[in-house]
This record gives sequence, structure tokens and C-alpha cells, in this order.
Amino acid sequence: MNTPPSVRKPASFGMTNVVFIGRSIRHSLRNAEALIMAIMLPIMLMLLFTYVFGGAIDPGGNYVNYVVPGIILLCAGFGSSSTAVDVAQDMTNGIIDRFRTMPIRSLSVVTGHVVASLARNLVASIVVIGVALLVGFRPSANGIEWLAALGVIILFILTFTWLFAAIGLVTGSPSAASGYGFALLFLPYLSSAFVPTSTMPNWLQGFANHQPITPVIETIRGLLTGTPIQHQGWWAIGWCAVILIFSISWCFIAFRRNAGLR
Amino acid sequence: MPKFAIEVNGLRKRFGDQVVLNGIDLAVMPGTIFALLGPNGAGKTTLIHILSTLINPDVGSARVAGYDVVRDKNEVKKSISLTGQFAAVDEVLTGEENLLMMCKLSGLTTAESRIRTSELLIRFDLAAAAKKRVKTYSGGMRRRLDLAISLVVSRPVLFLDEPTTGLDTISRRALWDNIIQLKEQGITIFLTTQYLEEADQLADSIAVIDQGRVATAGTAVQLKSRLGGEVLELRNGHDELLLVVPTSGKIQDVMLTLNELAHSLPPDTQVSIRKPSMDDVFLALTSKEREESYA
Ligand SMILES: Nc1ncnc2c1ncn2[C@@H]1O[C@H](COP(=O)(O)OP(=O)(O)O)[C@@H](O)[C@H]1O
Ligand SMILES: [Mg+2]
Repeated sequence: MNTPPSVRKPASFGMTNVVFIGRSIRHSLRNAEALIMAIMLPIMLMLLFTYVFGGAIDPGGNYVNYVVPGIILLCAGFGSSSTAVDVAQDMTNGIIDRFRTMPIRSLSVVTGHVVASLARNLVASIVVIGVALLVGFRPSANGIEWLAALGVIILFILTFTWLFAAIGLVTGSPSAASGYGFALLFLPYLSSAFVPTSTMPNWLQGFANHQPITPVIETIRGLLTGTPIQHQGWWAIGWCAVILIFSISWCFIAFRRNAGLR
Repeated sequence: MPKFAIEVNGLRKRFGDQVVLNGIDLAVMPGTIFALLGPNGAGKTTLIHILSTLINPDVGSARVAGYDVVRDKNEVKKSISLTGQFAAVDEVLTGEENLLMMCKLSGLTTAESRIRTSELLIRFDLAAAAKKRVKTYSGGMRRRLDLAISLVVSRPVLFLDEPTTGLDTISRRALWDNIIQLKEQGITIFLTTQYLEEADQLADSIAVIDQGRVATAGTAVQLKSRLGGEVLELRNGHDELLLVVPTSGKIQDVMLTLNELAHSLPPDTQVSIRKPSMDDVFLALTSKEREESYA
């Protein structure tokens, strides 16, 4: 019989992350339902908002230029919410115990899901933009503005994915995770994503103007179509940075505490 | 290697109000198979979780491969492999992908990982199913994959939590053979089981835990001899078991016991005399405790 290699040095931190990212991407590619949803949802929403609601909101036919950032964020929010379910599933399966008893940074399991979510949602964002261009989206952005918009989109996806990862860690069951995740998906509707906040009743404006989605939307819209951004860019980055740091710390704490409970 | 592969001193653990481990002391010699025997809920998994660094004890200490399980977690992790009670395999991946992933996480290069994976697939009779997703595997195949994953690299101490629960007889025997081979390589094996036969067949030493304490410990032979020399088994006319009575095996003792029993049992009762089995040990221990708790 073969004697197994007796290993002195465990996998490096970099290698651990590479392995877990590969695992999560495989999971994403094999979840046919979620994958179809990730591609179909942007197409459906884009068509719905342009052809069904668009005429009523802006009879001039310019609504597509207004709504693209909103649909990107709506899809990204939806796409990243599945991270909560992926993480919760891992935590309820015995596999996490095995990872935790290996001399590796086992929190990288979560990092793997985050990177896979980023990849999925970037694909969805590209689909949104592709379909938008087909139905009449006319962005005015130059190369640098495109890159900046992409940067903001990536920051937004990472922020919400880490937040959903933390939710997945603390809820402890996949179905509870998907329930909590759902609640966060209403935020884009109560922002400037689909209609300017000035058309909302006063009490709602207060919320809509001061929640994190609105500055992110305004920044992306400004970068792509040239509407004024003003200080919204800083608000967007500030909000995302704060939520991102909060979520990552929450993940660290929740992951440690889970270890003590099981 | 330190004198003991595993050493446990005065270990206590409670969850809320429930005391699960109430002062456990154990020692396991390197290169031996140790079986922790106990009914459901006895605290076997909790003890394995403490020894494999997943949870901390409340009181007491434990050393694995010479390292403290609380203070030197990372050194302990480098010395152990754990196969948990529930198969810890990735259902979405194939068997081969599971093994490759674990090889790489254990620090093997890609080339080494491929070689090791194909060796293990063959050794655990999984080569034909290597490219199938684990979701489609049977219970026995999952267990074998689970064990194969624990063996991607050689670690001196292997924990197996109820490795054969839910397996059919053939898979169980095959797994026993695997476990014995591992011992021959010098690996210390700490396994838990609810099956007396398993402890009897495999283990060099056994501890029975019940209600958070070690009820008895020793080799299978020692445990059985503590019950006395011979066991009387009494069956009625329909060959249904009525009573099992331990005796010293000496003629006086056997006669006295039978005389006492003769009034209360039907005349067609059949008596046979045999050596004690692990079941007898277990029944004697748990029934003694029940009597005590009623008293
Ligand atoms: N994380 C936990 N929280 C609360 N109770 C627990 C926890 N883990 C185990 N228990 C309880 O501890 C007892 C022993 O459990 P366990 O160690 O799994 O026993 P065994 O493996 O011998 O069946 C059980 O009554 C179980 O309900
Ligand atoms: Mg158990």
C-alpha cells in the first residue's frame, strides 16, 4: 500500500483562497436555476421597465437612459443575496467542521463565495448594459468614466455580498438566510433608481435621499449619462466603505462565535 | 511522539444547563485504536469536537499529539484528521474534485494532488464514480469518500465519529479493514461507536461513557472479565431471551444462582452458559446506573 505524503507545510493563504474561489465558482456554474435567473432577470427587468413602465414614466422615450443604473443595482442586490444561502448551507453541512480542523484560514470559505458572487453579478451587469444598448440606451461616458462606473458597481456588489455573507453566517439556516436577504431587496425601490425622489411624498423623500442606494445610483448615472453627480460620489463611496467594513467585521465575529457553538 | 497520543484530564463541558461531559479522564497510546462507546447523547461527538479544536472545554485539559487543544490549536490541527459523524463532503462537486480540493488545501502541489487523488479513489473503490457528483453517491460511498478525504496527507491522529453508523454489513467490514490498515501505518485512531461488536473487533482499548462520565475503561478482554467468568443465558420455550446473569463460573455460584431463579421461571426454561460479550458489559453498566438512579 502507498504511504501518503506526510505534509509538513499546509496550504498558503493565497492557495487556500484560490481553492475556495474555484469551489464556489463551480457551485455557481452547476446551479442551473440560479444561473438562468442571473441572466434572465436583467433581460426581463430591462424590457419591463423600458417597454411597459417606461412610456408612462417618461413619454419622450428617454426612460431607458434613466433606469439602467437602477436595474444594475437591483440585479446585483438580488444576485448577491444568494450568498447568504450559500454561506448558510456550508455552515449547516459538516464540511465546515472539516475545514475548521485543518491548519488553514477557514474563513476563506466565505471569501470564495464572495468572489464567485462578484463574478456572477458582473456578468449580470454586463447583460443589463448589453440589453440596454439594444433597446436604445445611449451613454455619454468616455473610457475613464466607464472604468469609474465599473469600479462603483464592483464596490457595491462587494458591499452587499459581504453583508449577505454575514447574514448567512448568523441566521444559521439556508431558508432563514433567504428570508432576511429578501427584506434588503426593497431598498432600490425606495431610492432614485426608478423615479426621481422629488416625485415622492415628503416623508418618503427624507428616507430615499438619505439611504445608501440613492448616491450609488446617482453616481453611476452621472458617470454613464452625464447627469450632475456633485457630492453624491463621495456619499456613495462613504456608504459602501462603512457597510463593507461593518459586514466584514461582522463576518469575522460571527465565524468565530459559530465555532464555539457547534 | 509524546508518551500518549491523546491525553484527557478532568474534562467538563456543559451546554446551558445541560452537563454533557462531567469529568472525563482518558489516555490513548500512540499507534493504537481507541473506541469510545456510548449510547446516543452520551457526549461522544462533544468530546471529539473538543479534541479536534472545534469547541473549547469549560474545565479540564486535553493534549493531542502532545499539544494542548486550547492553547496550541494550530499545532493540534497539523497533527489530526477528522471524519465527523455526518459525511463532510461537498455534494455539488464530484468525488475526484472533493479529493483534489482537500489535497490542495493540505499543501500538496497540483501534480502531487492528482497522484494522491487517483491512489485514494482506487484504494477506496471509488474510481468508477470519480467523475460523478457526490449527490448521487450511496451512504457507503459517501463514507468511503469521507474517510479518503481524511487521509489525503498522513497525520498522526485520526478521529472517526461513528464511522460505520448506517452502513450495511459489507461496507462496514470494508471500512474496518481500512481502519486496521491505518493502524498498521502507525496512525493513532480515536473512534466512537454505538456498536459493541465494533469496539470489540477493532479496538485495542475501550472506554464506555454514559451520562458524561467514563463508566468503565480497559481492553475488551478486561471489560468482559470484570463481569465474571461465565454468563448464564435463560430462554423460554419459544427461544425468547428472558435473562442474562453474570456468574463467576464456579460450580457453587452457578448452582446457587440457578436455584434462586428456578422458582420464578417457567419449567421449560433453557439454560446456556457462555463467555460474556461486550453487550453484557454494556447492559450491566447501564442497568446498574439505572438502578442507582431509581434508588
Ligand atoms: N451545540 C450544542 N448546544 C446544546 N446542546 C448540545 C450541543 N451539542 C450537543 N448538545 C447536547 O449534548 C448532548 C451530547 O451530544 P453529543 O456529544 O452529540 O452525543 P453523542 O455524540 O454521544 O450522541 C446531547 O444531549 C446534545 O443534545
Ligand atoms: Mg454523536
